[in-house]
Amino acid sequence: MVMAKLGDSVRRVEDDRLITGRGRYVDDIKLNGMLYVSLVRSPHAHALIKNVDVSAAAALPGVETVFTGADLQEQLGSLPAGWTIKDMVAPPHPPMAFEKVRVVGDAVAAVVAIDPAIAADAAQLVDVTYEVLPAIVDAEKATKPGAPQLHEESSDNVAFNWEVHGGDYATAAKSAEVVVKQRIINQRLIPNSMETRGVVADYDPGNDHLTIYTSTQIPHLMRLLFSLITGHPEHKLRVVAPDVGGAFGCKLYLYAEEVICGIIAKNLGRPVKWTEGRQENYVATTHGRDHIADVEICGNKDGTITGLNAHIYANLGAYLSTFAPGIPTVLFGLMLSGQYKIPSISCKVTGVFTNTTPVDAYRGAGRPEATHLVERMVDMFAQEIGRDPLVVRRKNFLAPFKNGKEVATGVKYDSGNYQGALNRALEIFDVKAFREEQRAARKEGKLLGVGFSTYIEICGMAPSAVAGALGAGAGLWESSTVRVHPTGKVTVLTGTSPHGQGHETSFAQIVSAELGVPMEDVDVLHGDTDRQQFGTGTFGSRSLAVGGQALMMSLKKVKDKALKIAARELDADPKMVRFEDGVYSLEDIAEKQLPFASVALAAHSALNLPPRMEPGLEETSFFDPENFTWPFGAHICVVEIDEATGETKIAKYVAVDDIGNVINPMIVDGMVHGGIAQGIGQALQEGAVYSSDGQLLTGSMLDYAVPTAEDLPSFITDRTVTPTNVNDLGAKGAGEAGTIAASPAVINAVVDALKHLGVKHIDMPLRSEHVWRTINDAKVAQRANRSVSAVKGS
Amino acid sequence: MPTTITVTVNGTTRTNEVDERLLLVQYLREVQNLTGTHIGCDTSNCGACTVHLNGKAVKSCTVFAVQADGGTVKTVEGLASNGVMHPMQAAFKEKHGLQCGFCTPGMIMTSIELLERNPNPSEAEIRRGIRGNLCRCTGYHNIVEAVKFAAAGTGGKK
Amino acid sequence: MVTMTSAPFEYMRPKTVAEASRLLSKYGGGAKLLAGGHSLVPLMKLRLASPQALIDLSGVGELKGINSSASGLSIGAMTTYHELESSVEVQRAAPLLADAASQVADAQVRNFGTIGGAVSHSDPSADLPAVVLALDAVMKTATQRAGRDIPVERFFKDFLTTALRQNEVLTRIEVPKLPANTGTSYIKQSNKASHYAVVGVAAVITLGADGVCERARVAITGAGPYAVRAKRTERMLVGKKLAPNVIRNAAKRAGAEISGSFNEDVHASAGYREAMTQVFAERAITAAVANAR
Repeated sequence: MVMAKLGDSVRRVEDDRLITGRGRYVDDIKLNGMLYVSLVRSPHAHALIKNVDVSAAAALPGVETVFTGADLQEQLGSLPAGWTIKDMVAPPHPPMAFEKVRVVGDAVAAVVAIDPAIAADAAQLVDVTYEVLPAIVDAEKATKPGAPQLHEESSDNVAFNWEVHGGDYATAAKSAEVVVKQRIINQRLIPNSMETRGVVADYDPGNDHLTIYTSTQIPHLMRLLFSLITGHPEHKLRVVAPDVGGAFGCKLYLYAEEVICGIIAKNLGRPVKWTEGRQENYVATTHGRDHIADVEICGNKDGTITGLNAHIYANLGAYLSTFAPGIPTVLFGLMLSGQYKIPSISCKVTGVFTNTTPVDAYRGAGRPEATHLVERMVDMFAQEIGRDPLVVRRKNFLAPFKNGKEVATGVKYDSGNYQGALNRALEIFDVKAFREEQRAARKEGKLLGVGFSTYIEICGMAPSAVAGALGAGAGLWESSTVRVHPTGKVTVLTGTSPHGQGHETSFAQIVSAELGVPMEDVDVLHGDTDRQQFGTGTFGSRSLAVGGQALMMSLKKVKDKALKIAARELDADPKMVRFEDGVYSLEDIAEKQLPFASVALAAHSALNLPPRMEPGLEETSFFDPENFTWPFGAHICVVEIDEATGETKIAKYVAVDDIGNVINPMIVDGMVHGGIAQGIGQALQEGAVYSSDGQLLTGSMLDYAVPTAEDLPSFITDRTVTPTNVNDLGAKGAGEAGTIAASPAVINAVVDALKHLGVKHIDMPLRSEHVWRTINDAKVAQRANRSVSAVKGS
Repeated sequence: MPTTITVTVNGTTRTNEVDERLLLVQYLREVQNLTGTHIGCDTSNCGACTVHLNGKAVKSCTVFAVQADGGTVKTVEGLASNGVMHPMQAAFKEKHGLQCGFCTPGMIMTSIELLERNPNPSEAEIRRGIRGNLCRCTGYHNIVEAVKFAAAGTGGKK
Repeated sequence: MVTMTSAPFEYMRPKTVAEASRLLSKYGGGAKLLAGGHSLVPLMKLRLASPQALIDLSGVGELKGINSSASGLSIGAMTTYHELESSVEVQRAAPLLADAASQVADAQVRNFGTIGGAVSHSDPSADLPAVVLALDAVMKTATQRAGRDIPVERFFKDFLTTALRQNEVLTRIEVPKLPANTGTSYIKQSNKASHYAVVGVAAVITLGADGVCERARVAITGAGPYAVRAKRTERMLVGKKLAPNVIRNAAKRAGAEISGSFNEDVHASAGYREAMTQVFAERAITAAVANAR
């Protein structure tokens, strides 16, 4: 029996099943009479479909049927963009292409067979005739005259222009002593959840019930969007997210395959399954990042930053994915003040269609891009004026605040103490000692560098009205139900939908702490639209800050009601009844006690309820907070570079995060570790690379370097605590912190290691050749400078 | 043309007719209904499908089921005995060596062999030893801790 | 998308080399030998290889085992990387081979991938081709009728191409005993995704009593279409005392035999591979010299 408290590192309840092979992921589901879908996908990045001949495929024994995009065109509808930017162009996005393909991997036909191997064989027999068109993969070039055009609706491939202005950047730059400009590339990433996507669709024609099992972060939103585009009634659609094997944002949308499988199951009246292969995943599941940023920072030689200006080409891929327009705009542009007081900030974002896989949220989603840009520019500014980057940071930090602080981008942070987090990090990491080590190493020909990243993030996705004003197509609140059974056991229903975050543990921990029942007596149910009435899902580090608060509210209602019942049972004034460790008692009469389970029974037996009280003990709450939460922290990275090869290793990594109050430190540390690994992965070695004609050159795990254990160090993590007042838990959200902070810490460290060679900036990823060339180019430039000054001096 | 194979999986010997091209991982998942072994890639990189074949860790997506004919397979489902978790399983729970759990069965199978061969590995040896298993959730930090914990022989104790 | 399902094939598991060779003849190029399968099976799953028949060599006893004798090692083609790295005989007689085997891919792959499979595939980025070149190995082969000994220098012909004939089975790899005062080293830059060699260099250096280099074998993998000896570098080492500048100068010629055909891909340009060939040659030779002393 585990009686949990808030703040305990309770071991996870999920683990027993996942460790013993009894988890249940979509591909583990097998239904009677199930058929298997294999999708025929375009090998071309841009082409007209002239003909689709399915006769050979359909004739293969074991093939049930073959559908083309044209066959299902009417039933499939068009995938929606759920986030709208003013004057945005949102062209149709057919789940199966029927006239034109715009990216390698666009589905053009679906083979349905009795066995996955036969479906795969038949898919090879579908004969598609294409007229190949020129393709474009670079977002900047795509906007230029003469570039291949993806959609009739946009003549220059631009989906939207978004901007935010605070203060007056032009004036700030004019009066500044120093202006530093840099182009920064934030390369495209492939999320690589270890479980690819998969769908099982099951149709019951007798009552028109369609059930879709899918590996998703958003069962309810998926159901809503599915229903809106196909017309299948929402109340007869059940979406189940079983165990989900990681997502990091890439399972946050309505996907073509969900619609295709649902519609095929309806057409055939039989269950169907589609399981994504990894190489299929690389083209069919969303990517992340992919910004070209032209940035300026301005300020004075005393270290004061007075302005920041950025123009971004955000590559959106071939179509608008569900949340895509919100990521490079709201979640990026509004974050550009970082932890600093920057009076003037200007940002323009051009969202561009290209013949590449759609780009949407990937862990951090906009905020890593923003942090990378801000933290890089602060370092460049410091380098330009010849000051310590830590001194410049401290000079520009916002002073500690508890009750809100508005910055130039117009957003209001909830609470912050940026000096505090940095101070803690510097207690752990001795910069002075490192600088000595660095000097000594340099004499021996070894390159060491340290980088800092003092970051801020926006989490706890909600409040609905604000999100709506910023373009969200739906509210972002959360719901919970607490159902106390007659025996005192508790079922929690939550609209959040975890995929590794451990909600079954931390939510049960909250219930255990609040109701005084053992963890074993709490069951947390999620990810099933037939169980939870509605929920927004799990993304944007929101589950605890929004869903946890919804749970707290239901628990409060349960406790209020239970206390009244207990008072009745104890024959006392409710004001005199205490509730502690799961027991109701009276202050003055020690022998009069009542365990929570007895009150639960009394609530259900209803033999002695207070007048007009409804029987039962079940409460539901909806929570829509007044503000986002704004976690922050300070990360420090040390790198070692092999000068002769450019190979770069992380020697040390220190993370101090402030995510407010913590329910389960073990789970939080785990998420921070994983986040850092993804940030380091981007900095060091990840990156999706396309050929100019739109072929993905990093098309499998043989070429896309997901970090292994050998690529990473162990991490040193610590926390400061600045609670938020946005929710009662004081919790801000932890899921993305590591990813948001890490990439500039690594790059700043590399530039620190190379700055004696004159290096000012290096883009990600730090593939060995890239670092090696940067070093060599810098040496060549240095030699040239020396010879120029030698000539001048003679 | 189906071939008959006899394989002992987690102590139980079964004879089945299988297609020659059926992979060992598909045989385990689809024929034996042992879905604890996962498929995470198609290029033998991720290690999610790792099982022990004839006592050695193997990526079961890179072996045809017919190659296992006459052999012995152990999967994650066969690790616990009498309801007591294998010390490596207990260590993964104790040290929070998993989040989404998808890579975990393969990671555990690899880690068990690692300690069989090197009962006292250094951190570098652990990291090298599990480099054929990808995890996207944990950053490997707590997986390394779990393997160290299991190596210290305290797995399973609270 | 077809990424997990091979095309259909026939499967057989012969007991002898002669039988395997007979089957190869029977299918006339339509059959493939299956050793550890860790190069072939992934290609089949992607349908980049679709053999009509697979001849599984796991039942052929002649292809197994490591025999040690006064003249050196005889290694069965079906010996796995793990057996190589953990064999006391190999560690003693050819530590280069044990060390390089331990750097291949990952633990699971090393449990089933074989030396015979690796060299017969002649993958341009595989580790062991460079190693067997540097060790002057002899590749023993057999058909139904006869066997032959192919000096390793004549074994690797091109990208994914060896001297093996269509019905010929690589049976054993014979590694001659190293002379006294010989040091060896294999150093590579790993492709972070696949762990194949971006560039790998194997060096075998024998020093005379006076510290003069008597014999040098340097072989490169990863850089070009197939593994090759760096003979110009070797010539610049032999007969000299191997001071750092001598090694450096010799290493600068390590790419000479690959010149003009360096690999170029998403991981590294031809220019970088050429430069790294020199860097890793210098490091491998330096480490081998240190071992020799």
